[in-house]
Amino acid sequence: MTKSNLSSELPNPNRRDFLIGTGSTVAAGVIATYAPANAAVRAADESTGVHRDSPAIEGTVPITLHINGKDHQFRLDPRTTLLDCLRETVALTGTRKGCDHGQCGACTVHVNGRRVLSCLNLALMHDGHEITTIEGLGTPEALHPMQAAFLESDAYQCGYCTSGQIMSAVALLKEPCGPDDAAVKELMSGNICRCGAYANIVAAIQQVRKRG
Amino acid sequence: MHSFEFIRPADSTAAITAAAQSKTAQQGAEVRFMGGGTTLIDLMKLNVETPAHVLDINRLPFDKIEPMPDGGLKIGATVRNSDIAYHSSVQHDYSVLSQAVLSGASAQIRNMATVAGNLLQRTRCMYFRDTAMPCNKREPGSGCPAITGSNRTLAILGTSDHCIATNPSDMCVAMAALEATIYVEGQKGSRAISFGDFHLLPGSTPHRETVLEPGDLITHVTLPPPTKGSRHVYLKLRDRASYEFALASAAVVVTIASGNVTRARIALGGVGTKPWRSYEAEAVLAGRPANDANFRKAAEAALRGAKPQSENGFKIELARRCLTHALRTALTS
Repeated sequence: MTKSNLSSELPNPNRRDFLIGTGSTVAAGVIATYAPANAAVRAADESTGVHRDSPAIEGTVPITLHINGKDHQFRLDPRTTLLDCLRETVALTGTRKGCDHGQCGACTVHVNGRRVLSCLNLALMHDGHEITTIEGLGTPEALHPMQAAFLESDAYQCGYCTSGQIMSAVALLKEPCGPDDAAVKELMSGNICRCGAYANIVAAIQQVRKRG
Repeated sequence: MHSFEFIRPADSTAAITAAAQSKTAQQGAEVRFMGGGTTLIDLMKLNVETPAHVLDINRLPFDKIEPMPDGGLKIGATVRNSDIAYHSSVQHDYSVLSQAVLSGASAQIRNMATVAGNLLQRTRCMYFRDTAMPCNKREPGSGCPAITGSNRTLAILGTSDHCIATNPSDMCVAMAALEATIYVEGQKGSRAISFGDFHLLPGSTPHRETVLEPGDLITHVTLPPPTKGSRHVYLKLRDRASYEFALASAAVVVTIASGNVTRARIALGGVGTKPWRSYEAEAVLAGRPANDANFRKAAEAALRGAKPQSENGFKIELARRCLTHALRTALTS
């Protein structure tokens, strides 16, 4: 069998889907009070948005969240942060958990168009709100200009903080921010990058701002 | 995090009635109001706060900034920090407040954190945040390891043998200098609390941080009419340039006429166990020439009662220079 034949016969091995599938299977077993974030749940998303696998465990509360333009219904333990809900219940793992204490910015998402830290929010606080995650910003085929600029400027190394950086950067475009790099750095100070890609992150943001 | 019941009260009466069931409104309260969550959720994850009931007050009608008939400004309890900082009246008439709020936290946190939450912001003392350690603020009578331990960032003003925890708020420092008033609704009706009376010194009861009682709900804060011609400066000194708590900060609201200080309102942050209004510095400045010598004298007066710990003696001179420099900046602004 030639190499080209092999690749055509195998399903497209998407690394991200693989990680989501395997990772959440483990998580669902460990954290029983969260709705399991598996393929079945995601399939439910596609049709009705109702997460039928959500267990009616005592103390859980029904809620509808509007995420990336789609309604999601499930039951949640009140302790569930917006971050854990996005990652574990809705299987939107683009939003990262870094410090989980509001010190790193990796979990930045938009609520009603403003950037917030999803780790210091309870999911139950957000019924009726418009929540946008990195998955709702652009698609691989049609990147948001900020995502394209991050690629172009090489504004990341390991990539762990990148979705939070991009969500912050997109929100910054609508905030009162002076024209110079120092103003951008100040308003981006809530997003830590352990690789130190800061210079290129600022360059990417300035590139988008200049293009208007 | 401990389990809790999440409740969204229909109105402030329901919120007050529910909160009044708590034995205390202070550390360890069984019922907590949830605003932005930036402090409370953090402390709940650390099991420092373990409320059985959480009342989401974000949908109550306390989210407006409105002008007052007397020319002052009314700021609702759930107004977000970023909305205060970028509000045109605040930027124009109460610039020190805008500067202070923008110097705190990050843009994301400023979009979440509320006015009332910032009034109740908890100390960053590492012993308070670590339930494996004793802490008189968290567990009265358990002791204060900070006094003999790691205290570089802790307080030098208003401390006691029981607690040396710093109040970390920037917003509160500006509000102290602006002589804000805090409005509270409780079981016995409404009351107004002068800013200086709201926070308590630790003394022998460091677990009591404010005058709030069970059921007390902060509804809004008012600022008095702006002082014409006043100059506003908030200067914050810290270990890194952004997204860091103050080692020392100064809020300065001064009026200068013909080279003399005619009115001065001074408060310090990062050095006190509560937002630290310095009447001593104000008295030195009032009526005297606005010059470096008098600025320095005011700074010395402000820190006269300072008590250094093993690692934070540097804060005394740092705070003096911070205030002196803030006054100099006000003079030349």
